[in-house]
Amino acid sequence: MTCEGLIRKLSEILDGELDPALAEELTRHLQHCEDCSLVVNTTRKTIEMYCNSEPAPLPDEVRRQIDRALAEKLERSSS
Amino acid sequence: MPTHLENENTLVADARAGNGDAFAALLSQYDTRLFRLALRITGNQQDAADALQEALLKAFRGLVGFRGDSRFYTWIVRIVLNEGLIKLRERRRDLMVSLNEPIQTDDDSFMPREIEDWGDNPEQRYSKTEFDAILNQNLDQLEPTLRIVFLLRDVEGFSIEETARMLGLSIPAVKTRLLRARLKLRERLTKYFKQGARL
Repeated sequence: MTCEGLIRKLSEILDGELDPALAEELTRHLQHCEDCSLVVNTTRKTIEMYCNSEPAPLPDEVRRQIDRALAEKLERSSS
Repeated sequence: MPTHLENENTLVADARAGNGDAFAALLSQYDTRLFRLALRITGNQQDAADALQEALLKAFRGLVGFRGDSRFYTWIVRIVLNEGLIKLRERRRDLMVSLNEPIQTDDDSFMPREIEDWGDNPEQRYSKTEFDAILNQNLDQLEPTLRIVFLLRDVEGFSIEETARMLGLSIPAVKTRLLRARLKLRERLTKYFKQGARL
């Protein structure tokens, strides 16, 4: 397994979708390749950071704008 | 006690019958997440607000056609996604935003160049405001074709298959875009989070 081969399989590594034989081969590569280990770990961290970032609340102004539009729509559809 | 899904199914049934309060109650569970998605697709607060408003109006009109064979959230995300893409295309005609443009798979441009240790909890070196700005700015700079796949798969948690269906892409195309997106974001964030980047 080369470094390029490992990077091409990075998503499968991160998503736990490797078949067992390949997983063993990649684990052996990662045990002696510090660069690939860093890439795997920092890519995993990248995904975690975006997943864990809390959405900012819907701004009040936007909520009011949407509420008004929906209320108008409802009024029109019921009349 | 009814489960979340049973509650949701009841609200969907009531909303389909024209009950606006039920529709509002459904949306209140998701509007913040949907706005975040619209904001990250369009990269612009007014466009995100307009896209979300248009999507919710279309959702209310189209609710009769919602057959319940997917979750309500999946169904409405698809509508928000379409409206977000329309806004993005209007604003960035120069980029000819197309999700179907081919991605080269045989070059090695995706190979990592910045290989540095981030250390433990690199986010703690920044205030929350700075950290959020770093994440948003770097996501915004990613090509839309990559950003949207990353958002649906990694942030919204849809499967590869669901993401492919939503975007009308093949599964290999989604996988290629996802790998590129993950590696590009990692590369960009390394500038901020490598050890010693900010002490």
